[in-house]
Amino acid sequence: MTRVLLAPLRWAWRLALAAFLLIFGRGRKLERERELPASSRAELAVAVLLAAAGLAGLAFVLVYALDDGDTQLLGAAIALALGLVGAALVLAAARVVPQERLEEERPRFALEPGPGQQEEEERPSREQAVEETALAAREGVDGVTRRRLLKTAGGVAGLGVGAAALTPLASLGPRVGELLRESPWKDGTALVEENGLAVRAGDLETGSFLTAFAEGADHRDLAASVVVVRVDPGELELPPERADWAPQGLLAFSKICTHAQCAVSLFRYPLYAERSPGPALVCPCHYSTFDVLKGGERIFGPAVRSLPQLPLKIEAGRLHAAGDLSGAVGASWGGVEDS
Amino acid sequence: MIRRLAAYLDQRSGGASVTAKALRYVFPDHWTFLFGEIALYSFVVLVATGVYLALFFEPSTSQIVYHGSYVPLHGQEVSKAYASAVDLSFDVRAGLLIRQAHHWAALVFVAAIVVHLMRIFFTGAFRKPRDLNYYVGLTMLVLAVVEGYAGYSLLDDLLSGMGLAIGNAVALSVPFVGGQLGTLIWGGRFPGTDAFMSRLFIAHVLIFPVTIAALMALHLALITAPRHTQFRGRGRREGNVVGTPLWLGYALRSLGLFFVVAAVLFALGGLVQINPIWQWGPYEPYLGTNGAQPDWYLGWLIGALRLMPHFDLVVGGYTVVPNPFWGGILFPAAVFGFLYLWPAVERRWSGDRAQHNLLDRPRDNPRRTAIGAALFAWVATIFFAGSADRAFVQLGVPYEGQLWGYRVAVFAIPVCVYLVTRRVCERLRRGDAHPGRGSGAALVSRDPAGGFSVRGR
Repeated sequence: MTRVLLAPLRWAWRLALAAFLLIFGRGRKLERERELPASSRAELAVAVLLAAAGLAGLAFVLVYALDDGDTQLLGAAIALALGLVGAALVLAAARVVPQERLEEERPRFALEPGPGQQEEEERPSREQAVEETALAAREGVDGVTRRRLLKTAGGVAGLGVGAAALTPLASLGPRVGELLRESPWKDGTALVEENGLAVRAGDLETGSFLTAFAEGADHRDLAASVVVVRVDPGELELPPERADWAPQGLLAFSKICTHAQCAVSLFRYPLYAERSPGPALVCPCHYSTFDVLKGGERIFGPAVRSLPQLPLKIEAGRLHAAGDLSGAVGASWGGVEDS
Repeated sequence: MIRRLAAYLDQRSGGASVTAKALRYVFPDHWTFLFGEIALYSFVVLVATGVYLALFFEPSTSQIVYHGSYVPLHGQEVSKAYASAVDLSFDVRAGLLIRQAHHWAALVFVAAIVVHLMRIFFTGAFRKPRDLNYYVGLTMLVLAVVEGYAGYSLLDDLLSGMGLAIGNAVALSVPFVGGQLGTLIWGGRFPGTDAFMSRLFIAHVLIFPVTIAALMALHLALITAPRHTQFRGRGRREGNVVGTPLWLGYALRSLGLFFVVAAVLFALGGLVQINPIWQWGPYEPYLGTNGAQPDWYLGWLIGALRLMPHFDLVVGGYTVVPNPFWGGILFPAAVFGFLYLWPAVERRWSGDRAQHNLLDRPRDNPRRTAIGAALFAWVATIFFAGSADRAFVQLGVPYEGQLWGYRVAVFAIPVCVYLVTRRVCERLRRGDAHPGRGSGAALVSRDPAGGFSVRGR
């Protein structure tokens, strides 16, 4: 009896359902299951793993710096650091952030559109799109409680692993140390021409200019090359401590400009002294100009330091260094002293 | 804060609606989907470590006398390429770690691609609309193998030189144009001019990696356009995709996988020695060593070269096809040709031209699964044939005997694998096609007379 009574009701229900689906079916709510784990123990574990990863990263740096870079230890340390980050992320994915199961309609590539696919999708306004993005981004961390702890641990991991990742770049070159101050010149080093022949004092006339090298040095060594010039000894205005650096008016300077390391290859020697500025060495790159008479003092251009001067002496007619250059050769760097 | 960031980016890119969709991009959950990601992440490690190695490696064949920290080589004439590779192993801190991690990453990269390919093949994921992407993926596999070969050939050690000698022979074996091809690539007769090293280097560090990276981007774009495939299951239809959204769970999981892959590769690089070139020594064309084996992904080719009977195709005194062609070019061409053609072949056989987003289980298509298994078994047999010399040394099985065994096996094994696989698939399929079979349930049925009977168990 009840069955007979219920039958129309059931039909009515089915019709209503069909109508409902017809009307609202297009915007059918897609399946979405969401569960917020909110497990503060898991959050703590993730934070510990991340912090440990940071420490393992630092261990890599220490092994690199202290242990001569033992390959096995380095490999173990970096693998541990990366593995701990991996473990932290996988654990966070499984236990910390919302567990979500989402359904998405696929775009259809078939020629004839399927049911419910005819209409153009409504385009959200700019404003809605921004809200939607922000919402989606925020929902990713719903239910996470110890956010500051996790951020801090993430920072530690980032610093440690980042430092480990960058450390091997230190293998690229030697430590700067005293490298930029090295010089082949010392008391007694002979000056030779490019072809290896000795530089003789008698061969140089007043106003002449010659490129010379420290005997035995690699010509590509930045500190090995000097320019030798000869001026009238009466004109010299050298500082008192350099009074004996220029025998017979012969002076030698580093050939490398103290501004940007081009070769100082121009020598300006006045033919009519009363109308022209004094003798000077000029760099052709940025026209830094150095006063020969005053021991290489900068008089024009962007160079800041003087051109290092090489003290000279003449033995048996040949030019020799009487000591090292007066300053560091080449461009300035942090810690170079003024010369 | 997040809203302001979203607005900032949107006002400069108009990308908010795309971003919102991307954050909710759905990844179906299945462990077999991870192989492709492992390949991607190995590639990332390869690029990072490779850039570092390029800061030290000198791709030059100029000869110098070795005076580094590896004493047994002192006084040896070696190429700058070889010397710089030995130097970066011994005299550059962390250099050996990164060189070995790079080598391991290459092995894992190709392995992950191959396993990923098997997943795609056996589940029918290559069907429309993904056939195009399948071709892209296969092309990346070819490039990855050549890229790996170029990489270990750069070091100019004994093994890489032997590999290049074989490569040159294979190039020479191309019918009609081979001789010219060889002298074009090598800049002359093997071992080639200095320019060959420059060519190999630029191919390894720029041309191949950039091509692979570009194809990877295309590969990912072609994955996301129709969304991922998925296995059948509750609520899963052709028209939808069900799984974990990108933000934040999947992003964390995938990033976690990246770190785990990197951790494994660096652990291998630090703890498991690979390609100790200082033990092989420098290469000269008059030097060779017994037991030379290539990296694993070329093992199938050395196997094919060894298995092939001595046979040149000579027409009227003109050698049209020299022997290395069969194993070195025809064999891989046949394997890749088959893989490239398979989607079209299957379409024609089955008459199925529909779009497919739901994956088959291997058993769902016994013929495809059996053919694929037979193909992989064929390649694997030839791969193992490549190690016959090692089996002789280690186990004492005569080499000639093994070779004849393998020559039979390359025909017998694929046939057996085909028959067995097909039968297993069909039984599995029948097993779960009927609710009463293959499970512990009993089927109870009622006959027209009203009596009950229990069938099956």
